Amino acid sequence: MTKTTKTSGVSRRTLLKGTAGLAGLAAGSGAITGFPYVMSAEPKVLRYLGTAVNEGDDISKQCLKDTGIKIEYITATTDDVTKRVMTQPNSFDVLDTEYFSLKKLVPSGNILALDAKKIKEFDNITPVFTKGQTPGGKKIGGQGTAPWKVLYLEGKDSKKFATSATEFVTLIPTVYNADTLGIRPDLIKRPINSWSELLNPEFKGKASILNIPSIGIMDAAMVVEATGKYKYADKGNMTKEEIDLTMKVMTEAKKAGQFRAFWKDFNESVNLMASGETVIQSMWSPAVTKVRSMGIACTFQPLKEGYRSWASGFCVSKGVSGPKLDWAYEFVNWFLSGYAGAYLNRQGYYSAVLSTAKANMEPYEWAYWMEGKPAEKDIKAPDGSLLEKAGAVRDGGSYEDRMGAVACWNAVMDENDYMVRKWNEFIAA
Amino acid sequence: MDTSEDILQQASPDLVRGSDTARPAKAARLSPSFVSWLQAGPMMLVFLAFFLIPLVFVVIVSFWDYNEYQLLPAFSGRGYTDTFEGCIAQLPDLCTIAKTYLKTLKLCFLVWAITLFIGFWVAYFLAFHVKSKTWQMGLSLLCTIPFWTSNVIRMIAWIPLLGRNGLVNSGLMKTGLISQPLEWLLFSEFSVVLALVHLFTFFMVVPIFNSMIRIDKSLIEAAYDAGATGLQTLVNVIVPLAKPGIVIGSIFVITIVMGDFITIGVMGGQQIAAAGKIIETRVNALQFPAAAANAVILLVITFLIITMMSRIVDIKKEL
Repeated sequence: MTKTTKTSGVSRRTLLKGTAGLAGLAAGSGAITGFPYVMSAEPKVLRYLGTAVNEGDDISKQCLKDTGIKIEYITATTDDVTKRVMTQPNSFDVLDTEYFSLKKLVPSGNILALDAKKIKEFDNITPVFTKGQTPGGKKIGGQGTAPWKVLYLEGKDSKKFATSATEFVTLIPTVYNADTLGIRPDLIKRPINSWSELLNPEFKGKASILNIPSIGIMDAAMVVEATGKYKYADKGNMTKEEIDLTMKVMTEAKKAGQFRAFWKDFNESVNLMASGETVIQSMWSPAVTKVRSMGIACTFQPLKEGYRSWASGFCVSKGVSGPKLDWAYEFVNWFLSGYAGAYLNRQGYYSAVLSTAKANMEPYEWAYWMEGKPAEKDIKAPDGSLLEKAGAVRDGGSYEDRMGAVACWNAVMDENDYMVRKWNEFIAA
Repeated sequence: MDTSEDILQQASPDLVRGSDTARPAKAARLSPSFVSWLQAGPMMLVFLAFFLIPLVFVVIVSFWDYNEYQLLPAFSGRGYTDTFEGCIAQLPDLCTIAKTYLKTLKLCFLVWAITLFIGFWVAYFLAFHVKSKTWQMGLSLLCTIPFWTSNVIRMIAWIPLLGRNGLVNSGLMKTGLISQPLEWLLFSEFSVVLALVHLFTFFMVVPIFNSMIRIDKSLIEAAYDAGATGLQTLVNVIVPLAKPGIVIGSIFVITIVMGDFITIGVMGGQQIAAAGKIIETRVNALQFPAAAANAVILLVITFLIITMMSRIVDIKKEL
């Protein structure tokens, strides 16, 4: 029988295969030394975890050109970003996330604060983040998780937020905006100036809010306060009674058929508004722009009670050190150096360092987006598509007017667990 | 798992015999039961690693405590007590979880009944009226069309059709049948059931078709010869023999609909509660033990339904 040759257990052929494999493994793992080590051959790659807001292809291409750092985007929703930081802290290098999630991220110890001294433009970051006021000196509403409350840590590995400036910065600010209600002026045909209009029976079956509990309840609170039913000490940190009250008002409206639908993502909100299913709803600035670019009238309506604001920024994973940490600083410094800021401003967001962004924008663009002046020329998106014709004025006006009218910030409440349960009850009602 | 082992035990003697002829010396050393284990092994390992072990973790975590940012591995029934909050205190009003499950069960029943009705007749048509094998294959592939586009696109596409200014409403208004657009066409239980039926009828068609195609045609001829009417043949011959397919199809549809929250969310305008939605909201808020507890509850309820169904038809025997 031919099989007898195999009795030795290991044939010459398998032995050869085995050793070749081992050699390959050794080479792969870098166990074989002596090869010339070429510094420039090591690619500078950073894995960038964040939401889609800052993640433009143009930004990563320009970054590669300017710094040689290759950015690999890992895109997720805000909730999934937080989940990933908690459960897989080694799956990313740079984190781009919102300030309100810091209440969960910092105690977990999975992120590393950055050193303010290594950020070139740190002193030029808008006072919105550092002092809670606009460059013009307007005081900004601080309800909720306002960035200046959670900007600094007491020490490098501290899990406590510092009350005054330190060099340990939780998130280096990148982008922020002020959100309000979007409306269809062509279908409403009258001026809207209060959050309370969301529950006006006139819009029965044509209103919507977003179904993300932590943000949805803030919008709900803006509405409740606007109707004069209740005044919150802090909309971003309600007591159980306040949560009950807010949800009661919303549940009654839901049962009366006020809401056409709730929305969960960007495209849903665009579709609802563009199709005319809703005429008034909580919305995000670029979503309004998108509806408008479809040729449909849509206004990001400034309201007398003010805006609900949000902000996000950069930190790194706790696993990042050595050259990778240096690249991370290089990248953050590049991000604040103007190109990315101008890119964000042109989408209707705001950049953290205004001076560098301004230097990268045409004067007429700056005048339209930031100063609230009528557009001298057609306003184009970063991809070159037409956003507004000459003569248009930005909804809500200038940076000072919009950021100066912020009433509260996206937040995680102390009673978050209770709030989430009540939100489920609201959806089931 | 029992089912697969049974099938393998029935099938393995053939396979062993098959290898007998090819390599008599080698096959003689392998006992049939060893071959069975070998055959079932890969599936069992996958099942163990990716289903049973994670499931055990889910059950364990459901009894843990948690705070804003981490799991606390100490025994706590909080996930469950929170879930059933107010179920006694609020009586006679229903608590959140009861309302949610009633709604989910209602949708589940409607979708099941409609997919069964449509699926049965589509399968019947394919099995008994389409004579050529090629056409049978071709037409059953047509049933997969709803799956050719992504979930999101598919659901967004309903808006231009059923929306306030959609095709159906504008058509009805032009013909003068209605003067106001029908609001219940979209973001309602109607639209949820419609979308689910549209998606999942396929899961009913395939197993029923599979059962029907295996019915011996001579049985139907015999029934006909014995003077049975078409209806009698259907009720007394075809339906009983198609039962395994019906039950398997039903299990598919019921388990999918019980756990669905994306379709219910998008088509229901996020205003209709679903068992899966509660889990998603909890997971997104990083409240994993509460999410796990809800997952266990969903699993138990779905399992009860399946058990009830397999009481009606013994699938193992019928296969």
